[in-house]
Amino acid sequence: MFIGNYIKLTIASLLVSISLGINAAEHTVGQLEKQFVKDGVLVEKMTVNVGDTIHFKNQDPWFHNIFSLSDLKTFDLGSYPKGESKSVVFDKPGIAEVECAIHPQMFMEVEVK
Amino acid sequence: MFFNDKPKPNKNRIWLFIIVLLLIVSANPILAASSPDEGTIGVFLRSDIIPQPSYNRMTPERVELGKKLFFDPRLSGSNWISCATCHNPALGWSDGLKTAIGVNMEVLERSTPTILNTAYLIRQFWDGRAKTMEEQALGPIESKVEMDQDLDELIVELKAVPEYVKLFNEAYPQDGVSKAAIAKAISSFERSIVSTDSAFDRWLKGSPSTMSKSAIRGFDVFRGKARCVVCHSGFNFVDNGFHNIGLPGNKDEGRYKIKPVKVLKGAFKTPTLRDVALTAPYMHNGEFDTLEQVIEHYNSGGVENLGNLDPNIKPLKLTKKEKMDLLDFLLSLTGDTRPITVPVLPTNH
Repeated sequence: MFIGNYIKLTIASLLVSISLGINAAEHTVGQLEKQFVKDGVLVEKMTVNVGDTIHFKNQDPWFHNIFSLSDLKTFDLGSYPKGESKSVVFDKPGIAEVECAIHPQMFMEVEVK
Repeated sequence: MFFNDKPKPNKNRIWLFIIVLLLIVSANPILAASSPDEGTIGVFLRSDIIPQPSYNRMTPERVELGKKLFFDPRLSGSNWISCATCHNPALGWSDGLKTAIGVNMEVLERSTPTILNTAYLIRQFWDGRAKTMEEQALGPIESKVEMDQDLDELIVELKAVPEYVKLFNEAYPQDGVSKAAIAKAISSFERSIVSTDSAFDRWLKGSPSTMSKSAIRGFDVFRGKARCVVCHSGFNFVDNGFHNIGLPGNKDEGRYKIKPVKVLKGAFKTPTLRDVALTAPYMHNGEFDTLEQVIEHYNSGGVENLGNLDPNIKPLKLTKKEKMDLLDFLLSLTGDTRPITVPVLPTNH
């Protein structure tokens, strides 16, 4: 009985993991005219699900440096030029403040549900 | 043969016409150099709308009170240093020093930034540690090395001056003589210090007279080969950003102390270039005495310091002529002189 339950639990966990993996979405946030934009429109707050990835793509002819020092997630993507993109997986629920270190007017919140 | 039958134009007359045409063209900058396009005009002219927060709209009473406070040495612990001691209107609202001098003539680490056009900035101080002017205003007053004034004591001092009590109550009836009102009043005055029309502005507005051909070429170098505009953009020539520009003499971590992100090691706020000819020496540490040295620095591409160098800073390979043109452009950003009247300060009676 114990082994049977263990197998069931493992299968259930695997199914949950697979379904989460399938549902994990990819989002692209651009850096354009020293603003965060999504689909060409200024974005100050966006909501994603746990496991989702955001690609931060530089569309300006100068460098940006995306980072977060929030409790939820700390990262520093470094400086990168136009055309390059770097990604972050948001793996825990909460709110992360994302900024550009070089241009402090670039600020957005990512709510992870 | 047929052509030979036509009357020949007088060769001397043709040459005279060409010479006169060349003289007219060279004497008229509009004809001699391209005029700015509509997009350029919109980007580089200052808006008359001065940004101000809803909780501290500028009024004549607030600006006037702020001006008196700005020039009043009562605002320092020693009662002999005012805001204007370092932010001297006769010196481009700075002090002409390599780095500032504070309490007991102590030489401080950073140079005094101008207050010109600070209303348009989104971060204050060289390291951007204040988001608002109101937040900034009390900083140097309280600083132990700058004005070293206990704010509670300052309130007592100002409340003992009947004219100040009256001025505070008129300008800020809800706050009265208070720390908040001191910060708001000084900010209101500082917001009134904005750049005036320069040769560059007059050229943008279509006046043909004052922008030299060299300065116009320098504007092209500024926007083109030298890539200055990457950071010095818009009418105020700032990107509101922070950069390590590769100064050989820098040992100051700057913005990194506020935001510990690697790219900010040794990074400082991009300063305005309006009236830049009036605010020597240059850079946060006053490392350069002249604009020629500044241009040579950027031309060299700078050096990594504190393990960092802004990736936008690269050798420029400017020619001697391009450097001279760039200098002439920077000189064309000096606004018209507008005399400043120094206020008579309230007496203790």
